[in-house]
Amino acid sequence: MWSFVLKRVMAMLVTLFFASIIIFGFIHLIPGDPIYVMLGDMATPDQAEKLRHSLGLDQPIIFQYLQWAGRALGGDLGRSIFYQAPVMSAIADGAETSLLLASITMIWILLIGVPIGIIAAMRHGSLLDQALSGAAMLLASVPTFWVGLYLILIFAAWLGWLPSSGYPSIFDDGGLANLRYLLLPSLTLAAPNAALILRLTRASMLDVSREDYVRTARAKGIRPWQVVTRHIFRNALLAVVSAFGFTFAALLSEAVVTETVFALPGIGRLVVQSILNRDYPVIQGIVLVVVVIYLVTNLIVDISYRLLDPRVQLQ
Amino acid sequence: MKRVASWLAPFAARPIALAGLILLVLVVLAAIFAPVIAPYEPDTMDPIIRLSPPNPDHWFGTDQFGRDTLSRVIFASRMALLVGVGVVVFALVTGVPLGVFSALFPRLGNVLMRMVDVLMAFPSLLLALGLIVILGPSAVNSIIAVGAGFLTTTTRIIYGLTLRLKSETYVEAARSMGSRTGWLVMKHILPNLVSPLLVQASFVFAFAQLAAASLDFLGLGAPPTIPSWGNMLAESRQFITRAPWLLFFPGTMIMLTAFALNLVGDSLRDRLDPRFRDMLGGEA
Amino acid sequence: MSALRIEGLTVSIGAGPATADIVDDVSLTLERGKILGLVGESGSGKSMTSLAAMGLLPKPGPRIRAGRVMLDGADVTQLEPWQRVEAGHGAMSMIFQEPMTSLNPVRRVGDQIVEAVRVRERVGAREATDRARELLELVRIPDAELQLSAFPHQLSGGMRQRVMIAIALAGRPQVLIADEPTTALDVTVQFQILGLLRELCNALDMAVLFITHDMGVIAQLADRVAVMYAGRIVENAPARELFAAPSHPYSRALMACMPIRGVGAHRLRTIPGQAPRAGSVKAGCAFAARCPDVRDSCRTVTLTRFDIAADHDALCAFPVTDGRPL
Repeated sequence: MWSFVLKRVMAMLVTLFFASIIIFGFIHLIPGDPIYVMLGDMATPDQAEKLRHSLGLDQPIIFQYLQWAGRALGGDLGRSIFYQAPVMSAIADGAETSLLLASITMIWILLIGVPIGIIAAMRHGSLLDQALSGAAMLLASVPTFWVGLYLILIFAAWLGWLPSSGYPSIFDDGGLANLRYLLLPSLTLAAPNAALILRLTRASMLDVSREDYVRTARAKGIRPWQVVTRHIFRNALLAVVSAFGFTFAALLSEAVVTETVFALPGIGRLVVQSILNRDYPVIQGIVLVVVVIYLVTNLIVDISYRLLDPRVQLQ
Repeated sequence: MKRVASWLAPFAARPIALAGLILLVLVVLAAIFAPVIAPYEPDTMDPIIRLSPPNPDHWFGTDQFGRDTLSRVIFASRMALLVGVGVVVFALVTGVPLGVFSALFPRLGNVLMRMVDVLMAFPSLLLALGLIVILGPSAVNSIIAVGAGFLTTTTRIIYGLTLRLKSETYVEAARSMGSRTGWLVMKHILPNLVSPLLVQASFVFAFAQLAAASLDFLGLGAPPTIPSWGNMLAESRQFITRAPWLLFFPGTMIMLTAFALNLVGDSLRDRLDPRFRDMLGGEA
Repeated sequence: MSALRIEGLTVSIGAGPATADIVDDVSLTLERGKILGLVGESGSGKSMTSLAAMGLLPKPGPRIRAGRVMLDGADVTQLEPWQRVEAGHGAMSMIFQEPMTSLNPVRRVGDQIVEAVRVRERVGAREATDRARELLELVRIPDAELQLSAFPHQLSGGMRQRVMIAIALAGRPQVLIADEPTTALDVTVQFQILGLLRELCNALDMAVLFITHDMGVIAQLADRVAVMYAGRIVENAPARELFAAPSHPYSRALMACMPIRGVGAHRLRTIPGQAPRAGSVKAGCAFAARCPDVRDSCRTVTLTRFDIAADHDALCAFPVTDGRPL
């Protein structure tokens, strides 16, 4: 089994390597001299040379890449032009917000999507099932930012129950109560993804319930709920688990829009601002971090999936 | 005629899917005949009636410049269709050849699929943002940016389907009779890809709407001069408390269009050969 | 009292004008210690009959429209297996055609047998495991103790089918339905499983309903035979009689199709045409379209069972009654 894990890790590293080349090359793909793009047209040749040298852009390209990659491995992702601070610290500042947002969102997705998906599957064909499936598809078709704006309108503007923007840290005044700032954003982000997980859970449960071994289980005479818990659910879960990695990644990128709508000081909003500010080192740094997280998450999910399925254990 | 009828069969069975199909037809008609059916020009500003709620003169109300929301919504359907079609075409034109060749020529195919893997390491919206930065914000570029994300999934799906088709006994039989690969592709593989591709196209179209709207909303897609549902929502942000109708109508259109496309895709998928069904998840 | 009586069972699909009876007025009787073979082509309704008798019809799907299923004298017609257990009725088990997919792949074999044991007996884990091992030994699985902790994919097809039989026997059933249990197995394994079933039937005094499309297996195994066509039982006779003197034209045609050993090369006979889908023939005899002895009235007559002997009947308007083999 360990050889399997090793193979997967190697594959991931290879993918990461090539992805890093793309991320690195990103600056050079932008039309025009990146220096002038970053500084604007009014920059003097002197300033341009200084920046060029400080960014190491006057070196041969392979050397630049190695320098960049080497530093990145050590945690140095360069300097933000706009903030005049290390990229890493800008990311670290936003990390708390984004990670909390993603985690709370995942909890919503699991709590809402999986149980309702199971219910819909168990009541397959009934009016309830059709209504739930239809609602799920509708919810999966909604633009996240629209949900966000509506939630702001209803709960912040009209009802005044919840704040509409910003996020003071839970380590500051207010403590854990500040999590309520993340309530609306997390629900916004969760909505379409919960709908997809709902549909996936339902489909997976239905597929499994058609399997021959479920019929065998029924023939034994065990109760219907026992059939569901012991035979259907466990096997259907495999398919749902493998979707988690993908869902988490979708969260990371959709968070960009949600953080913008709710003005959350997270990494997503940082990305958008950096694009508008042409702060390319920040963009590169964030994309690299996100890609690493994404690849690692997928790797973990992939390995867990194999571990859960005894059929695949023996190589 | 019978072929058409068999394609329509799953819609007859599920009335809601039929409703979705009709809605799509309406959107297409609205886009084509926009100048005829829209009561006003989308750009006509009339500051006096700015931010008025829905009324008999302006069924969907007006925005902060006094522009008629209904007309803008109708004209924005052109953008929606343009983007949708563009993304689908992009994804198919790139994904199908890539997927088919990778499956038919395994050595080259392995390399190509590894490259696709690398592209898939980037979450789709980030990939789109990155491309927008390189290419610059515009409607056409948002098509490419969004399309790149779907290129990867489409390629994977076509690759998997072609692999399966390749190992079907009738293809092996044809091969053993000496058919050349090219002919093989045309006669056996491509026709069988049509139905799954139609399903995939529906879902891509649906999610392209959402992705493009997000880009527009962030100000990184179509410029504000072109009416698009995403743009309208971005502009409405400041006024949602004063003028909630500005939020409601464009957003509902995005939702309904994507919903209708998802329904259509779902119904078409039911009609698919069960072998292929599990390969088309329906999500991007 | 018969272990199992199926009386006039009718299973339908569809609704309103589109209703089709895929099992049409089927009556079977199973006696303890005897094997009844149910033979017919694919689509003739054999599996549906057994699923209906077990209470395993898929939901939503086909449903029992008429008839009764009497298990050991008790009416269990519309009851699912768990309801029968609750009501304390006798035990009826089933084994299926595909041993590859009939076992839960992520649970150990022992657990799956224990689950079946504990449905009807309130026993502790220790005792249940012992019983599971005994059952594995009963079905002749070597290294029973070891195999308890095996996963299904680690066993061969024949072994898995034995496990299925062990599971089926866990509840000490009066009736065992075997739906083409050897079709998916190698011929040599098939022989062993059939032998095992015969032994168990005798030793445990069980009634066995053996479903197959293979006449050769029927010849080896069955005490009585019921022939099914398009959802109807067309002939029901002791095995020897059916083979020696079949009465229904379909049965006669089936016998004639069997390759004859020791005769040298000869053309294999077939029955021209295709069997209609169960439930699609509404009027007259379902076999009329292919019957070599068909007469005009066959297409319209309302068929009734013709008693050729005390224990031998045929659903035909003009059965062959003089014992003349083909």
